Amino acid sequence: MGTTNNPTQFALLSRILHWSMAAMILVMLFIGVSMVTSLGNYHRLVAIHRPLGIMILILAAIRLINRKFTKLPAFPPTMSPRERFAATASEKLLYALMFALPLVGWGMLSAGHYPIVMFGPFHLPPILPANPTLYSVLRKAHTIFAYLLFLTFLAHLSAVLFHTLIVRDRLLDRMALWPIRSGKSKVNAD
Amino acid sequence: MRFTAIGVVIAGIVGLFAYAGGWLTPRSLSPASMINTFEQVNGQHPGFRRNHAKGVCVSGYFESNGRGVALSKASVFLPGRVPIIGRFALAGGQPYFADAPHTVRSMAILFELPDGEEWRTGINNTPVFSVNTPQGFHDQLLASASDPATGKPDPARMNDFLAKHPETAKAMQLIRSHPVSSGFENSTYNSLNAFRFINAGGAVVPVRWAMLPVQPFEPISTAPSRPDDRNYLFDVLIASIHSHPLEWHLVISVGQPGDPTNDATLPWPPDRQQIDVGTLTIDHVESEDINPARDINFDPLVLPNGIAASDDPLLSARSAAYSESFTRREGEHKDPSLVSTAETEK
Repeated sequence: MGTTNNPTQFALLSRILHWSMAAMILVMLFIGVSMVTSLGNYHRLVAIHRPLGIMILILAAIRLINRKFTKLPAFPPTMSPRERFAATASEKLLYALMFALPLVGWGMLSAGHYPIVMFGPFHLPPILPANPTLYSVLRKAHTIFAYLLFLTFLAHLSAVLFHTLIVRDRLLDRMALWPIRSGKSKVNAD
Repeated sequence: MRFTAIGVVIAGIVGLFAYAGGWLTPRSLSPASMINTFEQVNGQHPGFRRNHAKGVCVSGYFESNGRGVALSKASVFLPGRVPIIGRFALAGGQPYFADAPHTVRSMAILFELPDGEEWRTGINNTPVFSVNTPQGFHDQLLASASDPATGKPDPARMNDFLAKHPETAKAMQLIRSHPVSSGFENSTYNSLNAFRFINAGGAVVPVRWAMLPVQPFEPISTAPSRPDDRNYLFDVLIASIHSHPLEWHLVISVGQPGDPTNDATLPWPPDRQQIDVGTLTIDHVESEDINPARDINFDPLVLPNGIAASDDPLLSARSAAYSESFTRREGEHKDPSLVSTAETEK
């Protein structure tokens, strides 16, 4: 792995964070969409939804800091400038939503005068004053952001699948959990 | 070929998401359809709770005697006093109905525990609940709806419902044979649903609880004493709080193995251990128009550490439906309560 050029892959911590958070966020989206439509499982699901959301918020913060301090692999040469722009913009949107959804959820429960129960006696303080209108606005925002996150995830997944299966430029190698030797990969720093 | 594979993956995820979100089963009972049924039966009353719509807010404190510690590690049971806020209400989704002696009365209490934890409970003056499943609740609501032609419930529909729900027929008998007191202030309020108490040693017991009034029982008068007063039950409550603090004993019934915890229509045997864990005092009353308790969801599953849900399917359903009702009303314009500030300050 060259040290002067950009690395072939994201740093190991970045890759671990990516895949663990991908799993958590996908689970979270499915819990969210099913709990609001369920009478029987509502309580069970909401009891997971709250602490898992805060967990994602903490990991998102770690991930953002980690990103600032690590070198990112270059885009493969097969990606056009327009694709690179779209990829960068969607990454930014994903990061923004990873922070916005838990924060809006936390704020929404605060505004709704709910205790923010995590587990056992442990709970978080409110971050906003109790206010019906504020609750209502944030509750709607929480849903809209969640659908936006789901759509952005679908776009991200489609793009990666397109590159990996159609263009076959080994784009996925950049994020593979196992190490990829740069000689084996077509993905080089340009 | 590879394009197809990508399409299948994306379509599969979208399909699973749609399934999880209930779009593929639009006729199944959901929090939204439950609240829609309330709105259909009661009409639209924006800004009000979809059930227990007519109410008044109260506050006071709970003084624990320490006897609950053996059963539950919840800090509310440590000896001492915690503030409470609450609400008395009449069951039903009509905020402007006249008070009637046989309408179910409810007490909702939020215990503010010292470390920021909360215990919220909504309890009724009936000995048991009339249904034991969310579907039963929903169908009973529809069966008891007024027929638009006559303005009265259709007895045939109720009979149909009762034929399909013998547990409700039995529960209704118990409810009817239970003596009803003259007002909110001398009613006993029951949790109806079972919960679990967990103590510091990790021992778990099934429980139900009740608020037993210190105010002496008086039967309802045979004729409505003040038919011109649409709020006579609330007015008597307000007047009695103004004259002296009202008190209830919080009594925990400890279930034994085999006692039904998942069926709110069934009473527990009367010889179950009853533990008086403290006294609730209510010394202040305010209209919903100015009191923050209007904007509190008395979700029965907001519980402190040491109290947990039982396997009663109504609990999760109540939590889900209350949340839906809360979300709808908090985004709506608020009309004044029939139990107005002028009323509570009389």
